[in-house]
Amino acid sequence: MTVRKNQAQLTADEKRRFVNALLALKRNGQYDTFVTTHNAFIMSDTDNGDRVGHRSPSFLPWHRRFLIQFEQALQSVDPSVALPYWDWTADRTTASSLWAADFLGGTGRARDGQVMDGPFAAASGGWAVNVRVDGRDFLRRALGSGGRQLPTKAEVDSVLAMSTYDAPPWNSSSDGFRNHLEGWRGVNLHNRVHVWVGGQMATGVSPNDPVFWLHHAFIDKLWSEWQRRHPNSPYLPAAGTPNVVDLRDTMRPWNDVTPADMLDHRPHYTYDTAA
Amino acid sequence: MSGITRRQALGVAAGTAAGLAAAGAAHAAVRTAGPRAHGAQGTASVPGSFDEVYKGRRIQGGPMHDGGHGGGHHGGHGAGYAVRIDGEELHVMRNADGTWISVINHYEPRATPRALARAAVTELQGAALVPLALG
Repeated sequence: MTVRKNQAQLTADEKRRFVNALLALKRNGQYDTFVTTHNAFIMSDTDNGDRVGHRSPSFLPWHRRFLIQFEQALQSVDPSVALPYWDWTADRTTASSLWAADFLGGTGRARDGQVMDGPFAAASGGWAVNVRVDGRDFLRRALGSGGRQLPTKAEVDSVLAMSTYDAPPWNSSSDGFRNHLEGWRGVNLHNRVHVWVGGQMATGVSPNDPVFWLHHAFIDKLWSEWQRRHPNSPYLPAAGTPNVVDLRDTMRPWNDVTPADMLDHRPHYTYDTAA
Repeated sequence: MSGITRRQALGVAAGTAAGLAAAGAAHAAVRTAGPRAHGAQGTASVPGSFDEVYKGRRIQGGPMHDGGHGGGHHGGHGAGYAVRIDGEELHVMRNADGTWISVINHYEPRATPRALARAAVTELQGAALVPLALG
């Protein structure tokens, strides 16, 4: 059974296995297909048109399914690996062990944003950025640049307190839990973390940075925590909504999975906490 | 660095910017059209065109003549507005509240397409955009 753990609690061996599985998927080409898929959705999901992966109610079930698929790919390389999550309310500085050279490596250098240490640095030779929106093929970051701050626990709690899952018009202007978690409104949780990391993480090809998966694994965990706090709050909308994935509509690109299928994470993985 | 000369970049701009109100201003160092009524397609709030050199790069923006159905160049995002950096299109999107994001700054909305183009130039640090492509 897959148990997703807080990245801060991983052993040295667990970190090594996770990194090696990432590098193996990069080598065999599978990794970049996930980047391509994400970018295709982020460029085509629009507030007044079809929207599936982002700025819509299915943001959460879509990314849950996307992460499960990625985790299964990792496990095809090393069955012991599970996706860790990054609780950025707790590990909120560049000094976190997350950014150490034995795990994800640190921030980019000033001149060009290039990450210079860790297994994903360009000099390691194993992490070319192939699916890209500009000419640069090296991993970049600018952790906390401009004095930006990661969300606090209190800010997360204020969003978890919202009892309505989502609301019309079911996009980036919506009230409710989903859009506040995604970050287009209010204190801004998910979007702000992408911006705080900087580099490719701030772009449409954000999965080029392996921290993408740890960030979204925590967003996914917050969804499960929200469900526990609001057991009587359903996924919305229920049916008949143009351009939007209703509870029992199938989601692209899989076309065989619905939000209803994704509401309970426990058939797929559990957490190291009671969430 | 991109390795693309200014002449080449402007040549690309002249060849592909048919939908930009600023097309033809290939020699202009800075040519800026202020916000004005460009809302022929129905939305009075569509921002006006702009054309300037920012941090050494030519940035242009303007409503697309086809009304934003993508012009057949890639999957339609419906922005109805095109932004180019040194002649290469920057994928942009308008949010429901009127703010803008691009594929370079996809999680941090800016108030106007010009602010978005400038943010992209800053982020690119001299690198060239690669042509739009949906996987």
